[in-house]
Amino acid sequence: MLTETDLQAIWLTVRLAALTTFILFFIGTPIAWWLARTRSWWKGPCGAVVALPLVLPPSVLGFYLLLAMGPNGPVGQLTQSLGLGTLPFTFWGLVVASVFYSLPFMVQPLQNAFEAIGERPLEVAATLRASPFDTFFSVVLPLAKPGFFTAGILSFAHTVGEFGVVLMIGGNIPGVTRVASVQIYDHVEAMEYADAHRLSAVMLAFSFAVLLTMYLRRNQPRKEA
Amino acid sequence: MESVEARFKLDWPGFALDVDLKLPGRGVTALFGHSGSGKTTLLRCIAGLERPAHGRFVFKGSIWQDANTWLPTHQRPIGYVFQEASLFPHLSVLDNLRYGQKRSGGASRVSLDTAIELLGIGHLLERKPDSLSGGERQRVGIARALAVGPEILLMDEPLAALDLKRKQEILPYLERLHDELDIPVIYVSHSPDEVARLADHIVAMDGGRVVAHGPLGETLARLDLPIRLGEDAGVVLDATIGEIDAQWHLARVDFPGGSLWTRDHELPIGRKVRVRVLARDVSLTLDDPGRSSIQNVHPAVVEAVADDDHPANRLVRVTLGESRLLSRLTRRAVEQLGIVPGLPVRVQVKSVALME
Repeated sequence: MLTETDLQAIWLTVRLAALTTFILFFIGTPIAWWLARTRSWWKGPCGAVVALPLVLPPSVLGFYLLLAMGPNGPVGQLTQSLGLGTLPFTFWGLVVASVFYSLPFMVQPLQNAFEAIGERPLEVAATLRASPFDTFFSVVLPLAKPGFFTAGILSFAHTVGEFGVVLMIGGNIPGVTRVASVQIYDHVEAMEYADAHRLSAVMLAFSFAVLLTMYLRRNQPRKEA
Repeated sequence: MESVEARFKLDWPGFALDVDLKLPGRGVTALFGHSGSGKTTLLRCIAGLERPAHGRFVFKGSIWQDANTWLPTHQRPIGYVFQEASLFPHLSVLDNLRYGQKRSGGASRVSLDTAIELLGIGHLLERKPDSLSGGERQRVGIARALAVGPEILLMDEPLAALDLKRKQEILPYLERLHDELDIPVIYVSHSPDEVARLADHIVAMDGGRVVAHGPLGETLARLDLPIRLGEDAGVVLDATIGEIDAQWHLARVDFPGGSLWTRDHELPIGRKVRVRVLARDVSLTLDDPGRSSIQNVHPAVVEAVADDDHPANRLVRVTLGESRLLSRLTRRAVEQLGIVPGLPVRVQVKSVALME
């Protein structure tokens, strides 16, 4: 069976992923909306920055975040002046890092969903007296629901699979920063192959279930008016 | 008269709109022209869906756009019907109708119920848009635009995406709107038939400019109308049913200066109708035609002669009292009969389309 520390690591992972996804909905939605709608020259550079975590080695991302959040980094100075101490090696440090790490997995599906809606429903809403703000909530959100579903699932799953960034930012503190992927690494380091097997199997089953849900939903016949 | 003042200048790569118009504050005004003539763009400028750099739009005294003013679309008291119905797929028919009505402050002049009744969609309210036919969807789209209680209705080729059968299904509803609404309607179309049936006023557009505009009857009778109607050249007359001949299933429609017999559509005597007479159905004779299958024959006077699309043809305008007809003749016939302005002739009208 899973050990006490395994369960602790799984619980920590779930909390981290859920919180990250929750925060990303609020950060990712306006970014995706802007990227989907803007004709500004900045669309290209901004899109590239958002996509960076897709290709960057997690250790590189983690390294820069560590510097930024450390006692001499800009983020670190800010958090210290607010009396919050520094973020590295804390749970909240992991949350901040995960938000960066999983950002493209939130923004890109949302951006695609927003772009697929097109101009017409927004124009229709405007001719029916809806302000742009009203239109976003009464038309865009309902029409982009499948996009939100996909974005949420992907962000959650991607955060669960995080490893390199966690090692750089969070280290390996039981109950605080030791997530499931790190726990597996520890088991292997300690030659506890049976434990590593069990936890890995859990992760494998989880990831498969998540992706299966998503693909099943995506294959449902789309209805359009 | 209360009226609408529209002046727009817009420069896009490959297309420019340059329009300065006064439109009547009532009735149906058709923006007519080929695709690419700028009629839809003009309509979108009126709705505030396009924002031309230079423009001025005044609707019955209130300024929607000028150098210092810009009223965004959602603050303009318009109803807009798009070419495809563009219903919200996530809402039922009723919720689609309510979407705009809820947001218009409940001050609807044409209430939701009237809109539902006018378009005959009472039985569709619980349905989702994707279960409706194209014609039903467009009727809901029109009702949705009316349910906001607009002060002006803008329609962008509402029939263009439909097949002939669906068009026939919707046209009677549009004619009802024409009769029962007292708000101005601006109707974009490239179909001479729709324009003849629905419009009171016509604005002909070409290459982003207005090439002719005026009351429908007058404008269609112009020989120099720069919009080539080809086979559809002809006039529209406002007429009244004057007599029914039950034995032969014929009805006589009277117009100022004459009358024509046409098939009886079971309309009562005294009913106001529109008749459309195409130039190709009108011929001229110098002598009394005697025994002829064409029984609509009237004395008339040639008013003007002009070139037609094809070099073999000429268009001749004749007057019957106050009314005018166009006749398409071959250039040779015009030459050989010596048809010149002022010549008394007889017009023979082969067929007449009656529109309620």
